[in-house]
Amino acid sequence: MAMRAINTDDITRNIREMCIEANHFLSEDMKCALKTATATEAAPLGRQILEQLQENMKIAGEDMIPICQDTGMAVVFVDLGQEIHIEGGSLEDAINEGVRQGYVEGYLRKSVVKDPLIRENTKDNTPAVIHYSVVPGDQLKLTIAPKGFGSENMSRVFMLKPADGIEGVKEAVLTAVRDAGPNACPPMVVGVGIGGTFEKCALMAKQALTRPVDQRSNIPYVREMEEELLAKINNLGIGPGGLGGSTTALAVNINTYPTHIAGLPVAINICCHVNRHAVRIL
Amino acid sequence: MDKYINVPLSDEDARSLKAGDYVYLTGTIYTARDAAHKRMYEALAAGEKLPMDMGNNVIYYMGPSPAREGRPIGSAGPTTASRMDKYAPALLDLGLKGMIGKGKRSQAVKDAIVRNGAVYFAAVGGAGALLSKSITKSEVIAYDDLGTEAIRKLEVKNFPVIVVIDAEGTNLYDTAAEKYCRE
Repeated sequence: MAMRAINTDDITRNIREMCIEANHFLSEDMKCALKTATATEAAPLGRQILEQLQENMKIAGEDMIPICQDTGMAVVFVDLGQEIHIEGGSLEDAINEGVRQGYVEGYLRKSVVKDPLIRENTKDNTPAVIHYSVVPGDQLKLTIAPKGFGSENMSRVFMLKPADGIEGVKEAVLTAVRDAGPNACPPMVVGVGIGGTFEKCALMAKQALTRPVDQRSNIPYVREMEEELLAKINNLGIGPGGLGGSTTALAVNINTYPTHIAGLPVAINICCHVNRHAVRIL
Repeated sequence: MDKYINVPLSDEDARSLKAGDYVYLTGTIYTARDAAHKRMYEALAAGEKLPMDMGNNVIYYMGPSPAREGRPIGSAGPTTASRMDKYAPALLDLGLKGMIGKGKRSQAVKDAIVRNGAVYFAAVGGAGALLSKSITKSEVIAYDDLGTEAIRKLEVKNFPVIVVIDAEGTNLYDTAAEKYCRE
């Protein structure tokens, strides 16, 4: 079978554009969820904050000012069709070059330090955090999700016991959200990974954040858990900005995977209301 | 209650503000976040002078995105305040009167707020584009090498914030969430 060729220049150009796009424009599902929340929020101050968030998005798009000053660390999901041949150089270098161009030329904040302890800024927001999957077909799907750290810092992994069961999982999610409170810039989107191994559940939680907020799991019991947890989170009272109200989360997105007989890993990746992502298929 | 307050923040104004007040700040404030606080803390420990006087000033925990040509600043919303908790009490004891950020504070910071008659304000997290419209001027005054984390002197006009912890120690995060809790 003939391999389809994709040039690294095309990848760099697309990543560059996607970094800028994601930091200035939220996806339609997020906009819609914020609009609905504004109409249903119980607290007057909460409504005022939700209105400001909508005004903020309008200004961001019209004046090309990033929605949030924390334009994130660039998380990139690469679904590489196995019938694709990458030409022109290293795929990883091409992605990082796209991030570099996007952040430098797009007036985005450079928030990455080269070493976690020495902490010298790389000044171009590289490197990205890249997750590769090799999939059937001849398409290259790129998903970029710039991740802010106000909410990232409030994310958690719990290695539960099988005996903790579904109630243990729900309590873990509520604990993470309760502890996050105002720090995670609510209303938040809660990504949850259940099963797999220590690192697999964390990755699933991150991937869950890229699923549209109006799209529920197609596994019936997971869908029910998503709906129940969203209701419970919104009963916590944390509210927009953490200043009280009925809108603490816009969605709970849960992904699951088989796991070991001895374990029940649960990861909760919290994202603020600036749940950014851009997707392109080359 | 909506209030219009000038900054630097006078002792009287600081004491008049109550948790839950919606406040529009006009005047001069300074930015500093993690790296700048660490440096100021080290400067104090070494007996050196700070880049700005703390007396009655307000620090905004914020690192902006770069400004486009002809604009004073880029996106400019608050960062999580708790990361500055280690350093804030020492600055409050030197006269710092207000802090703008988002999220919870430690007991040591709350105690220092009460001890010094200061205020902790929240700005709306993730509203950096909107908040940038209330900043009319920005100038790096120290630690330029820190990039976005440098200390900036900002001129603000009707910059919107909410009083979270007032000089009496009342904490809006506790009271407001309780009010809407349906657990």
